[in-house]
Amino acid sequence: MQILDFERPIFELEQKIEELIDLSQKGDVDFSEEIKKLQKKVKKVRRDTFSNLSGWQKTQLARHPDRPYTLDYIRFMMSDFIELHGDRGFADGNSIVGGLAKLEGEHVVVIGHQKGRDIKEKVFRNFGMSNPEGYRKALRLMKLADKFGKPIITLLDTPGAYPGIGAEERGQAEAIARNLREMHMLSVPVIVVIIGEGGSGGALALGIGNRVLMLENAVYSVISPEGCAAILWGDGKNVEDAARALRLTSNDLLRLKVIDEIIKEPLCGAHRDSKRMASILRRVLRRNLRELKLLSPDELIRHRYEKFRMIGEFMD
Amino acid sequence: MVAWFHRVKAPLAKIKRDRVKVPNGMWMRCDRCREIIYKTEFENNARVCPKCNYHYRISAMERIGLLLDEGSFQEFDRDMVSTDPLKFRDTMKYKDRLKKSSKKTNLKDAIVCGAGTINRHRIQICVFEFKFMGGSMGSVVGEKITRGIERAIHKRVPMLIVSCSGGARMQEGIFSLMQLAKTSASLARLSAAKIPFISILTDPTTGGVTASVAMLGDIIIAEPEALICFAGPRVIEQTIKQRLPDGFQRSEFLLEHGFVDTVVHRKDMKSTISKLLDFFGNTIFEKES
Ligand SMILES: [Zn+2]
Repeated sequence: MQILDFERPIFELEQKIEELIDLSQKGDVDFSEEIKKLQKKVKKVRRDTFSNLSGWQKTQLARHPDRPYTLDYIRFMMSDFIELHGDRGFADGNSIVGGLAKLEGEHVVVIGHQKGRDIKEKVFRNFGMSNPEGYRKALRLMKLADKFGKPIITLLDTPGAYPGIGAEERGQAEAIARNLREMHMLSVPVIVVIIGEGGSGGALALGIGNRVLMLENAVYSVISPEGCAAILWGDGKNVEDAARALRLTSNDLLRLKVIDEIIKEPLCGAHRDSKRMASILRRVLRRNLRELKLLSPDELIRHRYEKFRMIGEFMD
Repeated sequence: MVAWFHRVKAPLAKIKRDRVKVPNGMWMRCDRCREIIYKTEFENNARVCPKCNYHYRISAMERIGLLLDEGSFQEFDRDMVSTDPLKFRDTMKYKDRLKKSSKKTNLKDAIVCGAGTINRHRIQICVFEFKFMGGSMGSVVGEKITRGIERAIHKRVPMLIVSCSGGARMQEGIFSLMQLAKTSASLARLSAAKIPFISILTDPTTGGVTASVAMLGDIIIAEPEALICFAGPRVIEQTIKQRLPDGFQRSEFLLEHGFVDTVVHRKDMKSTISKLLDFFGNTIFEKES
């Protein structure tokens, strides 16, 4: 298990408590006072740490290897999942997964970026960085949903679209651009959830929805803090400054009216309790689906259009 | 996404130094082929080297001058400015970068939008200005394009966008990313209204601009040898740790791989667009406005 620097004090306290409990059970010495004190302390440290995370800390959490990924959410909060593969042109596009599933008894099409957990799967998923085929497969599934009147749920979690030779040859830009346009034509409810890393155009290519929801510790940005620091500061050392300047946290994005809702994570982050996180998300999705089902197909298209039409700050 | 000051071939400093070396100012040395060329000939050839065909970058206003009928251009939203919504500051304040670019270009942001005619066909047009922060797309560029498209829908006239951009504008963070969504949304409406959209790609067209408006044309035309990509060559080289082959991500490469309709020399661009407008039956659009 990977422990981030700012998580360390919490883990150390938790470990100490466990040791004391262990000792109490084995021996005659009563540590209950001590344990109580430490439990109080760890509670406070948890709250203090997690109520005040910086953009860079949240970026690290969003990328945490134990954080639930798309297939985890599908497993924990949906049933009868049938994965559908391929862009019907070139490849499966396995940095993105999608298929048919049931959420609380209702049929939906679910699509999301997929990262890998061990080295083998990481490579297989190309670290969640999709080639054009992933975006084309996603659009194919969305059109399937549109045709048969099923709501669409997309889960965003990618460092970005893959910058490779093949990706360029096969039209990475075209694939993303097409999704951005076509998602505006879907006549079914579309709910977008940023579950981890919302990396630029590669994330946005699944990101046009009637609702854009974001997990508390997820991030969403036009460029990674590392990329931004390298370009604007001239080196990679200023990642913290860059993360702050980019305003990529859920609180920032809610205030900027780019997202509709922040989804609370279990204390200490989704990676500490994936099942609980999934059950929170399931409830939020159910509520949003219920609200969107009141809109007609035309209203859904107009609603989505107007939502994105409004974003931007300028003076005339 | 790609930096707005994307490094391209033909470093400007070099051009200037070599120009000074050549006497009397009537001649210049082409940065690409190193040949001495006659300045007037170069200017008359739409700033394309007569020897090697290298298409030098031109300003938005020069582009409009080349494409539109003389005196027909009417600019819109000229005074729209960024409000620096993130109060962004890196080694320099975004506000100061805007001021600097504004002074250099005499524009308020990285795009010029308006209406005009091309061989008497009425059109709406948006042209990116690369000298303004690398033609990067922030809220102003996104809004001006969207309004241009909305005018095209309202007036029922074809839409032209000439791209020349390093991509999204980092200093506007998520707002710049969302301009991809916004402009593509209005292109969905344009398409539904069956109004033609001609996308013209010039050197360079990269990053978020390629991954939105640039690649969504009914017709996509590129100038010769323009860099057109999603990820820039340097980013790819860093990722794959390999040198890229010559001509990778250039117009001819995209033509070969099926992502542009045609590659057209700058001096033939106006007549080509004019033929397309003929085909689309511009008169029908005119009647309804
Ligand atoms: Zn030359």
